[in-house]
Amino acid sequence: MAIDSKIPSGPMGMKWSKHKQDSKLINPKNKRKYTVLVVGSGLAGSAAAATLSELGYHVKCFCFQDSPRRAHSIAAQGGINAAKNYQNDGDSVHRLFYDTVKGGDFRAREANVHRLAEVSVNIIDQCVAQGVPFAREYGGGLANRSFGGAQVSRTFYARGQTGQQLLLGAYSALNKEINRGGVQMYSRTEMLDVVVVDGHAKGIITRDLVTGKIESHAGDAVLLCTGGYGNVFYLSTNAMGCNVTATWRAHKKGAYFANPCYTQIHPTCIPVSGDYQSKLTLMSESLRNDGRVWVPKNAADAGKAPSQIPEEARDYYLERKYPSFGNLAPRDISSRAAKEACDDGRGVGPGGRGVYLDFAEAINQFGQKTIAERYGNLFDMYEKITGESGYKQPMRIYPAVHYTMGGLWVDYNLMSNLQGLHVLGEANFSDHGANRLGASALMQGLADGYFVIPTTIAPYLVTQKPGAVTTSHPEFQRALEDAKARTNRFLNNKGKRSVDSFHRELGLLVWDKCGMARDKAGLTEAIKRIPELREEFWNNVFVPGSGDAANPELEKAGRVADFMEFAELLCQDALTREESCGGHFRVEHQEEGECKRDDENFCHVAAWEYSGDLAKPTLNKEPLTFEEVHLAVRSYK
Amino acid sequence: MSLLNLHLKVWRQNRGQSGHFQDIEAPEIPDHASFLEMMDIVNERLISAGQEPVAFDHDCREGICGACSMQINGVPHGPEKATTTCQLHMRKFRTGDTIWIEPFRASAFPVIKDLIVDRSGFDRIQQAGGFVTVRTGAAPDANAILIGKEVADAAMDAAECIGCGACVAACKNASAMLFVSAKAGQLNSLPQGKPEKDRRTLALVRQMDKEGFGNCTNQYECEAACPKGISVRWITKLNRDYAVAAMKEAFVGQQERAEGGE
Repeated sequence: MAIDSKIPSGPMGMKWSKHKQDSKLINPKNKRKYTVLVVGSGLAGSAAAATLSELGYHVKCFCFQDSPRRAHSIAAQGGINAAKNYQNDGDSVHRLFYDTVKGGDFRAREANVHRLAEVSVNIIDQCVAQGVPFAREYGGGLANRSFGGAQVSRTFYARGQTGQQLLLGAYSALNKEINRGGVQMYSRTEMLDVVVVDGHAKGIITRDLVTGKIESHAGDAVLLCTGGYGNVFYLSTNAMGCNVTATWRAHKKGAYFANPCYTQIHPTCIPVSGDYQSKLTLMSESLRNDGRVWVPKNAADAGKAPSQIPEEARDYYLERKYPSFGNLAPRDISSRAAKEACDDGRGVGPGGRGVYLDFAEAINQFGQKTIAERYGNLFDMYEKITGESGYKQPMRIYPAVHYTMGGLWVDYNLMSNLQGLHVLGEANFSDHGANRLGASALMQGLADGYFVIPTTIAPYLVTQKPGAVTTSHPEFQRALEDAKARTNRFLNNKGKRSVDSFHRELGLLVWDKCGMARDKAGLTEAIKRIPELREEFWNNVFVPGSGDAANPELEKAGRVADFMEFAELLCQDALTREESCGGHFRVEHQEEGECKRDDENFCHVAAWEYSGDLAKPTLNKEPLTFEEVHLAVRSYK
Repeated sequence: MSLLNLHLKVWRQNRGQSGHFQDIEAPEIPDHASFLEMMDIVNERLISAGQEPVAFDHDCREGICGACSMQINGVPHGPEKATTTCQLHMRKFRTGDTIWIEPFRASAFPVIKDLIVDRSGFDRIQQAGGFVTVRTGAAPDANAILIGKEVADAAMDAAECIGCGACVAACKNASAMLFVSAKAGQLNSLPQGKPEKDRRTLALVRQMDKEGFGNCTNQYECEAACPKGISVRWITKLNRDYAVAAMKEAFVGQQERAEGGE
């Protein structure tokens, strides 16, 4: 099928304003007749639900957590980018746009990225007006810090918990609208399926996680703001509940899944310490403003205490390899460099899977107090988890799965090819290409929710008669029965193995074959192994408890079942993309350890269509054209 | 890394029924594991034995989402100061220890299952007034409002609250004053929050009372249990803000009645 991305015509800097000008409006009296279903309450979901309600739409918002404030956006630490140029260091909308396109290794859609850079400045204004306590200077103005992949200081932050503060801001806007009666909030409610009527997404099936009740909700449009799929790897920096279910179910109902192989491995996480481990903890990229990354020059020194390794025997490999960006080289590049050092036998700590992040120099220069003010909560967290103090000895870090750039395909209006289904934030694919720069995820979630969807949903809604489809439609009945049957199948299965044991096994396999480095043989093997594991899962999984009460094992079973299917598409996409770009590193395609893109054959979005057979998805391509930024080899040297 | 042998006494309860403690042996627990990872190991063993695992709330496991909520040996989030349950590690325990694990206890937090409680009262309090009334797109330039670093830092101290409910669980009266005062304090101390300060203060406090949280009698167990170290001085500020707002309301109400208003 031909893909229409609906990018507005005209010069890059004018597209968004022209599009807003041309977009249809709905009169306030009619707006309240439309119901919009918002799934997910993170930055994208809360911001969208609140803003659509302000505009007058009737909104229902759903989250599986016990409160919308707990969505995983909360855990973002470092900051949010905006082209404010408060530092007078030469920043501009164009520079943020350029950095993001380049950072994404020229695999993002230019027009979307430009819009993102344009609205970035409005986000900061909005958050400050809500009472988000960003860090400030003595004069009362906002403070900034630097993040990877940029040579300007454009990151706004609130200690080491920018995500929590921005989410609390969006949550407060949501609360304001719940209080006003514009939003109906459904917490502890998980979406199990999308309901499609005559090719349009017109509702969802949900399960109440307290009573177990499975219900349907009809709406005139559905917004998925359900985050990424990093937990397919089992171990990641994602929260335990993060899952692919909403987007995967939508995919199986016809929505294209784009670029699933673009996964981000974050360079600075606390290393794995044992097989009981349930998650990996990120140490914010902001630490690389002051921390220096190194390993011993000689493998023989790797077992020594860091204090026993003199300055001249240390290899500050990021500073050496990428002198112009140094320790602030982008995430994909820093991660691969860490892996390379460890593969070389120079890794530190248990199992040799770690590198040092050293603050000694910064503490000498600024004093421990200043460093504690900047990153105190991160140092505390490090000490709680490892039992070691980052002030007294270098931290040990290693890359871990963190974010997923791939997601459901959307056009410029954030609408999927499945009419009426809109996808926001990490759940869509559009803005970060093959690698996301630090402090850009918060920016995208809030841009989509506050500033993009409130404009771009109208062109779809005007074509729809409000309330035309209700839950009495037979499609709702069918979807409801399917969801109940699936739940019962889990509960009645007389298997022997726990859901977690399957999830761990799947995660290890995907990490091993489709993690930081990928090759044809490994991917082919994973594609063979995943369906076998999936079959074993359905035959041998044991889900205790009942369906009519809170049952965390049942919730996990549904999510892992979807990961079992999604993992195959992830590997197929990685196998099909015969090039290296950003977070997708195919060992066959490299130049001295750096990514080697193939613009002639792969300068496109891979938008996968479910064909009814998991082994044979249909590939649709959206060619990427670059009008403004010239395709170039991405260099941070 | 060493292994610990532990005896657990875990609260088991179904919604709407009465609960009980269950004795569970937890041998060979790695001391590097987090408390929740210890629970994972225990659950994995229960499932292998064909039994129902212990249900508990958790999500981010990095101490920021506020989902985890256990009372460990009588203390919300356990023995380590300023630490959530998910960030508590088993190296803080000794082999042979008996550990009592209960849900957060408060009548305003009814038990959903085992260690999971319903904290939606916190959401309803914030829905009543925990916001600045500003529409998307209506904001002035962010640097148009200058806020001194000291004021911004103080607001940030209050904003660190993760809404876990440990303050309520620690309080003998199940008071939510530390939580509510942190929420009110953040917005009431910033210039953006000033115009509706009185309205906000009254709305938050009244909804808190409606939810069935108890009164504050200044014992400060809440501050000691708070994983984010929120200071009880916010309670002082809330009491002050409330007194002012209530007085203004009474006075203005009287005046309006005298003028023949509502």
